[in-house]
Amino acid sequence: MKLQEIIKEENLVYKRTPLMTDNVLSYCPGCGHGTAHRIVMEVIEEMGVQDDTIGIAPVGCSVLAYDFMNIDMVQAAHGRAPAVATGIKRTWPDKFVFTYQGDGDLAAIGTAETIHACNRGENITIIFINNGIYGMTGGQMAPTTIEGMKTSTSPYGRDLQLMGNPLKITELVAQLPGTYFVARHSVHNPAAVRKTKRAVQKAFQIQKERKGLAFIEIVSNCNSGWKLPPVKANQWMVENMFPFFPPGDIKVDGELVKKE
Amino acid sequence: MAKVIGAIVVDTERCKGCEVCVASCPMQVIELSKEVNGKGYHFAYMAQPDACIGCANCAIVCPDGVITVYKVNKRA
Repeated sequence: MKLQEIIKEENLVYKRTPLMTDNVLSYCPGCGHGTAHRIVMEVIEEMGVQDDTIGIAPVGCSVLAYDFMNIDMVQAAHGRAPAVATGIKRTWPDKFVFTYQGDGDLAAIGTAETIHACNRGENITIIFINNGIYGMTGGQMAPTTIEGMKTSTSPYGRDLQLMGNPLKITELVAQLPGTYFVARHSVHNPAAVRKTKRAVQKAFQIQKERKGLAFIEIVSNCNSGWKLPPVKANQWMVENMFPFFPPGDIKVDGELVKKE
Repeated sequence: MAKVIGAIVVDTERCKGCEVCVASCPMQVIELSKEVNGKGYHFAYMAQPDACIGCANCAIVCPDGVITVYKVNKRA
């Protein structure tokens, strides 16, 4: 069978969603941000709510998310995306509101906004990309940098005696009564992408049913910041990040998942 | 037995040559080309077109969404 016979509209299996614009993504080759953007846009397209969705872009690598997502977007001050989302959601309770934040935005400067929005139980969705580093500014140590991880400001690895402990913000917000669904996933291989997509679908469904706040952490690579090629960065992430940030559901239907 | 024949189309000018699709292909269909695109990246292409089963694994992990997948079920 010739290639021209296969490549026809009726045989189409997968195509980039039209909710991603034609702009070339500004991310480094292999960065998980692009996959995460696409997952969120695919879920919005499948639900058919692109006209009623408002996204909040953070400060960080994904500050230009409004250039890539073909929906209404607001870009908030550093770390303040959950506060802006609260205002928008309370003004228009029928709109779908989500924030898309990195770890420097959500877990460092925006810790107060994150914790209070989660504790109030605002009916929004928070997508949190955790790569353990400040990627945009040159790979400095972030609150989520794991023990022993080398960054440009911890060149001998993170020393817990000197630099303190890494922050598991996802486990922290799961303890708050306001959160309804909390999960951690990744986008490093096809199976992980499918799981992440199901979690994002669930999160938007929860928002539709007005049950409470859904918080999804996506553990991602930062191959430029980690100084590794993309495929090796994904392997490093599985070997080193997953023991500290294990993927899976943390809180489902308002109840903490018991660890066995 | 029905045989599945797949094919991918890579938007070579948007491809950044990260190799994530190469690592996730179960049939080792994809490789990076020796040529480069306008930005100097070695783009992905189908090196073994006959082996493709149209599973779309490459397309769903592609960070830049440059891969389009087609599939035909052919009765032998």
